[in-house]
Amino acid sequence: MSTETTTLTDSPAESALFGLVADFDKIDEFLDAVRKVREAGFTEWDTHTPFVIHGLDAAMGIKPTKLPFLVFGAGLTGCAAGIGLQWFTNAFDYPFLISGKPLFSLPANIPVAFEMTILFSAIAALVGMLAFNGLPRLSHPLHGSRLMKRATDDRFLISIEASDPNFDHIETRELLQSLGPLNVEAVEA
Amino acid sequence: MSASDPMARNYLDNTSDDPTRRAPLVVGDNDFASVTETVCRVVEMPKTPPAWWIGFFVSVSLAGVLFAMITYLVTTGVGVWGLQTPVAWGWAIVNFVFWVGIGHAGTLISAILFLLRQKWRTSINRFAEGMTIFAVVCAGVFPGIHIGRVWVAYWLAPLPNQMAMWPNFRSPLLWDVFAVSTYATVSLLFWYMGMIPDLATIRDRAKSKLRFYIYGILSLGWRSSNRHWHRFEMAYLLLAALATPLVLSVHSVVSFDFAVSLIPGWHTTIFPPYFVAGAIFSGFAMVVTLAIPTRYFLHLEEVITLRHLESMAKVMLATGMMVGLAYSTEFFIAWYSGNAYEGFAFLNRAFGPYAWAYWIMVSCNVIVPQLFWFKRFRTNLVVLWIASVLINVGMWFERFVIVVTSLSRDFLPSSWGYYSPSIVDVMTFVGSFGLFMTLFLLFVRFLPIVGMAEVKGVMPQAHLKDVAAQGHGDYHGDILTERGR
Repeated sequence: MSTETTTLTDSPAESALFGLVADFDKIDEFLDAVRKVREAGFTEWDTHTPFVIHGLDAAMGIKPTKLPFLVFGAGLTGCAAGIGLQWFTNAFDYPFLISGKPLFSLPANIPVAFEMTILFSAIAALVGMLAFNGLPRLSHPLHGSRLMKRATDDRFLISIEASDPNFDHIETRELLQSLGPLNVEAVEA
Repeated sequence: MSASDPMARNYLDNTSDDPTRRAPLVVGDNDFASVTETVCRVVEMPKTPPAWWIGFFVSVSLAGVLFAMITYLVTTGVGVWGLQTPVAWGWAIVNFVFWVGIGHAGTLISAILFLLRQKWRTSINRFAEGMTIFAVVCAGVFPGIHIGRVWVAYWLAPLPNQMAMWPNFRSPLLWDVFAVSTYATVSLLFWYMGMIPDLATIRDRAKSKLRFYIYGILSLGWRSSNRHWHRFEMAYLLLAALATPLVLSVHSVVSFDFAVSLIPGWHTTIFPPYFVAGAIFSGFAMVVTLAIPTRYFLHLEEVITLRHLESMAKVMLATGMMVGLAYSTEFFIAWYSGNAYEGFAFLNRAFGPYAWAYWIMVSCNVIVPQLFWFKRFRTNLVVLWIASVLINVGMWFERFVIVVTSLSRDFLPSSWGYYSPSIVDVMTFVGSFGLFMTLFLLFVRFLPIVGMAEVKGVMPQAHLKDVAAQGHGDYHGDILTERGR
């Protein structure tokens, strides 16, 4: 594997550094590297891949997201809102009798309650996912990275942030170099 | 693009069913970068091809016809349509059910096939989801304009209004408002969410500032982070799990509009499953109708492969048989119930004044799909395309038969009538195809038409080389040996 290192002529000061990124083009090597970075004890680090790679969550030690609980709560809220709306409008605020049907009866209220459950849960799934991810965030130091341009195409990246307590510009760069990446790049904050 | 050597054209044929070898989902000598290139090239074409402009011109003109007809309707009144007592639900409702039904294939492909781990869905799901949304837009037009006084359309929603009354939640028509609007919203969310990583791909490849900013904003600053992907995958799974019962409920609720009434031929319990099967049938037909020209013009044959089209033909065969079974069950029950009105309604469908429509329906929906028993026809694009168009025609007639025959002759012979559409009805329906195609062509030109991130994930290169670390041999559940979850 060719290791072309980005040499920094004007190496940014530690404070102006967001972190280091390294890119890979083989999934097996990438996953090996990910495990080694994790074992080195970093916490403020991430990987960037063009698609979901099975096994990567385990390799990084990502804990399962709480999103399902949020969605479940939203679903219950939607269901209650659907039933409440139908009770309030047809049985309480303006009770009107039509075709001799009861003013409030669950069987007739199921379809709307069901649709409201789905609507609330679906919105919670998307909005919750984005909120937990801190998106939308249009400006981020990593968007300035040259290597990141291919994280949405065919490269697999590891990024380690300078804010990590274990981060040391020289040592961390050496660690990343030792994992056999194609390139290592310093990203300015 | 690779392997465009005409001598090797048959490399595109991946329909072999050799059980010892998993059929490839992407053919040709493709890797991740070439998939990105193949899909993004469509969006990044510096010059829009003339074929697109011709299609767009025709579509926009037809959409113009639609809006002209709606303007005429609103300014003049519903008398411009062919509606006459006893048939007060004419083409507007037929078209509504037709368009909503078409949408169902997109959700089936994106949600149900996702839950069933049908990996072939990845090449066509984006495209089919787009089709769903445009079909639902067309569907939404019709009940909106059919209510007569369009300016009080908000009476459909539970909003305080000048009557000081609330809508009647014990009516299936109101359930329908909730079902279709929820369906439209959830389909849009699902479509957009799946597109975020692909929009980021286009952003990262952008050569111009304008393109960079537009796709940058649309992709919400996606950084491909695996911590984000983790939640994205969960949100996608949840949306799929929510959209699955939703899509089944939508056409069930549409069928309640009929089934909950007391009209002979409508008041039957078979309607919900029968409508859902018909919806999926018509939707797959529309996907095939659109996919065949699209993959040809945009050179997507290596991604939307022959096997995809063949699989869709099989789905059409299965759902077509379900629809055929429903037609015969209805007849059986009409006789077996011993109800004179019900029995008459069905004899009247098959042999009454609308027999021509009934037999067009049966020919297109039951006889035409029988071709798909044969692989030769499933893989012949000309036959497949013509059959899919005929199925669309047949499914439109199915809704016409259901709506019109039952209303035109119900309990009281003195109030029978014969319904014919006016030219405004016809032009409005034709115009709705213009609206649909306009939206579709804009989608093809400006948005990623194939879910690149998902297609890459099912390519053989996306999986671990180390056999010991692989999961079930189907690329799913690959695990890292010592740290498997």
